[in-house]
Amino acid sequence: MKGSIGFKVERRPVASGRVVFFVSLFAILAALVVAGIFFWIYGVSPIRAYLLILKGSLGSRFGLAETVRRAIPLLLCGVGLTIAFRALFWNIGAEGQLLMGAVAAAGIALFSGLPDPLLLPAMFIGGFLGGAAWGLVPAILKVMLGLNDVITTLMMNYIAIYFVEWLIHGPWKGPTARGFAYSDTFPQAAWLPTLYGTRIHWPTLVLGLVLAVVMYILVTRTRSGFEIRVIGENPDAARFAGISQLKTTLLVMLISGGFAGLAGVGEIAGIHMRLLGPTNISMGYGYTAIIVAWLARRNPLAVIVTSLLFGVIMTGGDVIKVSLGLPFQLINVFNGLILFFLIGSEILLRYKISFLLRR
Amino acid sequence: MGWETWIITTFSRSLAYGTPLLLGTLGEIYAERSGVLNLGVEGMMIMGAYSGFTTAYVTGNPWLGILVAAVVGGVFSLIHAFASVTLKANQVVSGLSLTMLGLGLSGMFGRGWEGKPLPVSIPKITVSGLSKIPFLGPILFEGQNLIVYLAIILVPLLWYILYRTRIGITIRSVGESPATADSLGINVDRVRYVCVFIGGVLAGVAGGYLSVAYRPAWTEGMTAGIGWIVIALTIFAFWNPAYGMLGAYLFAALYHLSYRLQPWVSPEFLKAMPYAFAILVLIFVSRGTLQKRMGAPAALSLPYTRGED
Amino acid sequence: MDNSEGYAIELCGIVKRFPGVVANDGIDLKVHRGEIHCLLGENGAGKTTLMRVLYGLYRPEEGEIILNGQPVHMTSPRAALNHHVGMVHQHFRLVPTLSVEENIILGLNEGTGPFVNFRKTREKISSIANEYGLSVDLQTKVWQLTVGQQQRVEILKALYREVDILIMDEPTSVLTPQEVDQLFTTLRTLVNDGLTIIFITHKLDEVMQVSDRVTVLRKGKVVSTLPTAETDKPGLARLMVGREVVFRLEKSPLKQREKILEMNDLHALNDRGLPALRGVSFDLFGGEILGVAGVSGNGQYELAEVLTGLRKSTKGKIFLAKKEVTNCSAREMNDLNVAHIPAERIRMGIVPALSIRENLILKKYRRPPFSQGEFLNTKEIEENALRAMSDYQIAAPSYETPAKLLSGGNIQKVVLARELSENPSLIVAVHPTYGLDIGATEQVRQILLTQRERGAATLLISEDLEEIMTMSDRILVMFNGEVMGILDAESADIEEIGLMMAGTRHKGEDL
Repeated sequence: MKGSIGFKVERRPVASGRVVFFVSLFAILAALVVAGIFFWIYGVSPIRAYLLILKGSLGSRFGLAETVRRAIPLLLCGVGLTIAFRALFWNIGAEGQLLMGAVAAAGIALFSGLPDPLLLPAMFIGGFLGGAAWGLVPAILKVMLGLNDVITTLMMNYIAIYFVEWLIHGPWKGPTARGFAYSDTFPQAAWLPTLYGTRIHWPTLVLGLVLAVVMYILVTRTRSGFEIRVIGENPDAARFAGISQLKTTLLVMLISGGFAGLAGVGEIAGIHMRLLGPTNISMGYGYTAIIVAWLARRNPLAVIVTSLLFGVIMTGGDVIKVSLGLPFQLINVFNGLILFFLIGSEILLRYKISFLLRR
Repeated sequence: MGWETWIITTFSRSLAYGTPLLLGTLGEIYAERSGVLNLGVEGMMIMGAYSGFTTAYVTGNPWLGILVAAVVGGVFSLIHAFASVTLKANQVVSGLSLTMLGLGLSGMFGRGWEGKPLPVSIPKITVSGLSKIPFLGPILFEGQNLIVYLAIILVPLLWYILYRTRIGITIRSVGESPATADSLGINVDRVRYVCVFIGGVLAGVAGGYLSVAYRPAWTEGMTAGIGWIVIALTIFAFWNPAYGMLGAYLFAALYHLSYRLQPWVSPEFLKAMPYAFAILVLIFVSRGTLQKRMGAPAALSLPYTRGED
Repeated sequence: MDNSEGYAIELCGIVKRFPGVVANDGIDLKVHRGEIHCLLGENGAGKTTLMRVLYGLYRPEEGEIILNGQPVHMTSPRAALNHHVGMVHQHFRLVPTLSVEENIILGLNEGTGPFVNFRKTREKISSIANEYGLSVDLQTKVWQLTVGQQQRVEILKALYREVDILIMDEPTSVLTPQEVDQLFTTLRTLVNDGLTIIFITHKLDEVMQVSDRVTVLRKGKVVSTLPTAETDKPGLARLMVGREVVFRLEKSPLKQREKILEMNDLHALNDRGLPALRGVSFDLFGGEILGVAGVSGNGQYELAEVLTGLRKSTKGKIFLAKKEVTNCSAREMNDLNVAHIPAERIRMGIVPALSIRENLILKKYRRPPFSQGEFLNTKEIEENALRAMSDYQIAAPSYETPAKLLSGGNIQKVVLARELSENPSLIVAVHPTYGLDIGATEQVRQILLTQRERGAATLLISEDLEEIMTMSDRILVMFNGEVMGILDAESADIEEIGLMMAGTRHKGEDL
């Protein structure tokens, strides 16, 4: 008897955790396969490339340290973004908020004249406020005037970038070396301590881990977290229940912008110890954090894992630059593919395709 | 330099530098008018720049390079269209991912092409007769190239198509009220695919122009954020090709002048202008009637499914 | 099929089903050429569905459409237009930012290739407009027009496509009285020119004023088709609402208590900025159910929204137990223990992705015992969920189950459990049994009756007249944003209610 294979497509009411995990895994694997194809076209064996990356970012003490230090700003920004995305606020502006946090911290470090022990705490507070303020502007514009959050946060990124450029070429100009401009070096008291022999500025790391846990508790166990989730899932029901869209949106961007600002403080005070050109402070951390948050399915705790994954990718980029002579930009190939497959595979979360054997 | 020469040079350079801005903006206007937000412009531009340069270098034919750049930009945009229109995925994220992909791929494959001089680039043209016209002559007809003229010609052409032809009416209806368009038999998906493709092609040409005509050379990341300015300019242009032209040349001028005007205004301030202006424009049209008159297409970035109205 | 009588349209045995309901149950309809034919009925009668089948928006499960003697397959609106059938929807299908003429020619190929021959189109539109008195400035953008003018554009759109048959879905609901008169004049002119018009309405005045024949639908079936001249408003009302004996639930006698709610001359606008409530006044007492009857779209939704803080009133006052609560916010009304059972339970009443236990505290989460300070008290929330699920017999694997997986009846029970858990003094229930099966409907009604026993004041808004008549102690009828009358439910005459629903004010004393 002959049978035929057909398939049935039906809507999936709820995607279980298992399905989500496997679909995400599928997306990452698909991205790695396609990236591998690009490697192969270029003339490098994909296996060799991936082994290099893994060895470089996880196989040595130095590599592991670099992976962790790359993960720190991704962690902070990512956690903040999970909160924003939960309330359906599309914060594409983490990059700018990070920079403004760095600016605030640099300003305090260089010009505040605070006594030494107060310097670092003040920088963190200032950085948080700087990033938060930068994030609140698009939030206010959205709530009061209905302005599109994607566009406003995106535009604010570039305004922030040029603001930093202006500072380091203008009022905060320090010594210039080889054509690059930057501010004066911070006083020693404004330097974050790092783990022995590495560039891991551990106070920021600890801060990031703590905040990840705190945000998880916020989302699952507090009134504000409840309101955020209701607004994100069903704005009509939120209105019905009397939840204030205004307050929740402001709170969410306060957190998201503030955390990105903290990431900026970490970079400035932990890695560079001065205010640099914007593309040197953040190599797209704000944008990569979007993928980090998306992959974590907006769960702050999962960000700990996903930020580490992208730390591996970014360190891998360094490794490939050194070993294979490819530019650092290459990690964008990974980022772009992973992100693309992530959202492309979401259709698999909405619909279930089952294969039927018909007789 | 005398005043007059200074002005002429400024306008002339603005025309040259504004061309990729203009091309990109015209394309993005069409994409957004049909309701699709394309944040992948930067990626499509740089892929256009890369593929245009390499093709021109290898074949010795710069025009072939431009053609390939257009095709590459178009193909990239079709990926975005597939994700946004067919899969109905999040358009913001899809566009961003393609920008990342474009930057990464062009950086990766562009390795080794840096520093190579292009033997034959798009020639600069001087129209001997017309260039004698006082003032306009030297600006328009001395040392520009054909692509600059192409961009200028596209403006009234695309304006006319958008506002005075059946195609334009169809595009605008799809972007404002896809349900209405659908109920009158218009294939919403197909219109969107076409418009996104136009956006991709023009972005590709813009990138190709940079590497084959303007510089001409290839450097990693050479589009340097022009794609993002295009996004801002589309808003600044109120989604109208005519204002797009104004905005593109205006900001090109500001960019060119940014170092000249340094004693009075910081160059960074001028470079941030397009982005700040875009926000101001959005604020300006946020009020009710202005929104309708000049605001964004109502269905922008919203996927359309029949029956959900 | 003998077509010698000149039927423009014949619908034979149309059956259209949606999940859970048969919207059209074997409908036969014959419409003469050149007549204005009204389709009359309450909501849910199936009028709009039937016309959407004719217009190709829906495909019927069974039945045939015959136009001018030829059977046709209406696969889409495009096909309908090819067969010269046009429809003016209740909610206009226009593109606001395009001009009038652009909207009219949208989707058509009026010229060579991409170019539009504007001169030719303008001539054609102008001649149609002049012929039928539908003047409107072609260059104006649609968003700048009044509603009446927009409707004219919709009609022009259909006429430009040379329709023979024009369907109009509740066209007067957005018009001023003068605009209504103009519309009727236009319709008469069109019909004199040979067009056939089908006119969906629930307003008896209009039926009597403008139609040649009328078909009355009830619950998906045709009740009767007859020439307008052979009937009158009471007769139509009777056909519309039916005469069968209404089955009454076991209900304890009314024990009316103190006055809980006083509404005083309330005015409010709807989402389009048009008046939705025009001076509504009534009192509501504890221990009673006041049913609000009326065809959907006459202000009932807005009434519920004003009462629960979701809409601002423009004039008038509301008193809850002698305390003024006019224009309080949703949260404030919430805190005052006003329960709201919304019409759209999935869109407004629950958060589908959240669990049952979270949905149950959607309104009370801010206060003890469900939260202490900023933190939610998980244990209390879980216990509350267990209690609610047992009290209201909510069938689900556990309280962690996401609400969207529940059946309609269980979702409604979650809403009820949440709203009624703290013995509210005022309950505003809008279409509480809509879309529920018999078992769930019974349960929901029983719950409401229990609340009535307890002394709550309930405002029951429903399109199901039978439900109103069974459940209510008093019945208030709304039409066009005004109260047409308030009757005692026991002694109410269903024909009279039908008349009030369709626009005739009650002549006797209001209760």
